[in-house]
Amino acid sequence: MEKYLLPEIPDYHLIDVYENNGGYQAFKKSITLNPDAIINEIKKSNLRGRGGACFPTGLKWSFMPKDNSKPKYLAVNGDESEPGTFKDRNLFEFNPHLIIEGILIACYSMGIKTAYVYIRGEYGKWIRMFQKALDDAYSKNYIGQNILGSNFSTNIFIHKGAGAYICGEESALMNSIEGDRGYPRVKPPFPAQKGLWNCPTTINNIETLANIPLIINKGAEWYSSIGSPKHPGPILVGISGHVNKPGVYEVPTGTLLTELIYNFAEGIPGNKKIKAMIPGGSSTMILRGENIEGVKMDAESLKAAGSSVGTAGLIVMDEETDLIRVITRITKFYHHESCGQCTPCREGTGWMEKILNRFEKNEAKKEDLELLLDVANNIEGNTICALGDAAAWPVQSMIKRFPEEFERRIKKVEPV
Amino acid sequence: MLNDSNLKRVDEIIKRYPEPRAALLPALWIAQEQEGYISLKMMKFLGNLLSLPYSHILGVVSFYTMFHEKPLGRFHIEVCTNISCMLKGSDKILSTLEKHCGIKCGETSEDGKFTITEVECMGACSGAPMIAVGEDYFENLNEDKTLKLLNNFSNVTKLNGNDDVDDDETEFGGGD
Repeated sequence: MEKYLLPEIPDYHLIDVYENNGGYQAFKKSITLNPDAIINEIKKSNLRGRGGACFPTGLKWSFMPKDNSKPKYLAVNGDESEPGTFKDRNLFEFNPHLIIEGILIACYSMGIKTAYVYIRGEYGKWIRMFQKALDDAYSKNYIGQNILGSNFSTNIFIHKGAGAYICGEESALMNSIEGDRGYPRVKPPFPAQKGLWNCPTTINNIETLANIPLIINKGAEWYSSIGSPKHPGPILVGISGHVNKPGVYEVPTGTLLTELIYNFAEGIPGNKKIKAMIPGGSSTMILRGENIEGVKMDAESLKAAGSSVGTAGLIVMDEETDLIRVITRITKFYHHESCGQCTPCREGTGWMEKILNRFEKNEAKKEDLELLLDVANNIEGNTICALGDAAAWPVQSMIKRFPEEFERRIKKVEPV
Repeated sequence: MLNDSNLKRVDEIIKRYPEPRAALLPALWIAQEQEGYISLKMMKFLGNLLSLPYSHILGVVSFYTMFHEKPLGRFHIEVCTNISCMLKGSDKILSTLEKHCGIKCGETSEDGKFTITEVECMGACSGAPMIAVGEDYFENLNEDKTLKLLNNFSNVTKLNGNDDVDDDETEFGGGD
């Protein structure tokens, strides 16, 4: 397939090279169009958010109120912290102007005059790369006042995170921009009603916005014909773990997991079997290796297989992997990253970690398995944001799909 | 507390937001860049600058793991031990670093040269196992490469000498 998000053109990150290859044409076309026509085109394209929730982007944009005198904001989510996810880093490095073009079209369509691009603090190098791209776009008047002689003006600022996974949650991200701890907000109100500084706000993932110029350039019909009809378009899949060639691969949605692992990532070292895999970052439900045949990288197929597409960060584990160690480490992560607002998540993630530590040391009691599941079930659905669910799902799915891994770690009690 | 040029930077950044409070994270980054960490005194200074109570600033500083309340070693080595790195042997990288630097994870060496911290996923999973030193990522590590890297650091005597480290980008970088 031709590559649209990460084309193999040397120096594509430079504004001149980007322009010489058709860059910023979609934006130039957009500012001659009616904003509603653009939103309709995005709706028709069936583009779904690439940040994890797969929410229809056009629909999200249409939630922004039109008859509101308050300023409107775009918050761009480049916090990318889901373990196993490293796609947006590639976009910042190799195609920053596509992101900027997507942001500009979003701002024009929704009447937004300020966009904040929230980038995780660890990406210091990539923040500088993206700032350089922004500076170049400012100097050519793609950003700023009366852009390209039009009535449209907008500013784009980077807001640097400081090491908190929770800030990838959209309402925590807004609090972090406002200068607060990254505490998620209770919804409703939703960001389109009350977002940044209580003003209408839209939050989109970096990769989602990178898809926008493609749709404007080639049309919704063309876009929706790529990959799976209900979740179409090119998608960046990050493959890591036990594969010969880990990396970010641009494929149409609907690509088979087996094709991703065996063709793109060139299989498993030593031709070992796949014991398990996580399809979309560490919060998505784990799948057994023998059950991935025929499963595709798209929302519907992965849902049917009992998982989700998440951030398309695929982690492969070979037959020798200690899955108890894996789930203990995942749980430690969510315990560390829980913001602490909701008791089920703050306490429950810690309890799960403690119980799992017993399994890891082969010191678990028989009733620990039931206790672990009980704690996970009491976190899920009982918290302000989805971090609680994200902590519960890996544990629940690991117990359901790999019960034998837990059972063999239960301490044998010697008969008296 | 902030020097004049950094004060000017903060003034400029305040203009990006409808409320000065929003400039807190950028201001903390600038403060940490200047001082190496964020002291109590600095928090009070920023409180006056942005009209925020000191308790709010302390709350923010302590919430975000990348803000440090104490000085760190000249080389802050962050070791990712999250799942993709774990699957590729990050525990060996961590123990190599601990052994070579003579400190445990979370500690700073007596000569002030190294601090080792365990961190969560840094978004470099295709280059697992990896470490970060300052803003630089070193990927596809094994024990030998880690030792070579540490030796390079040991040859650096200058403060904040990260950029002078003779790291072979093609060897340690790569991945994606």
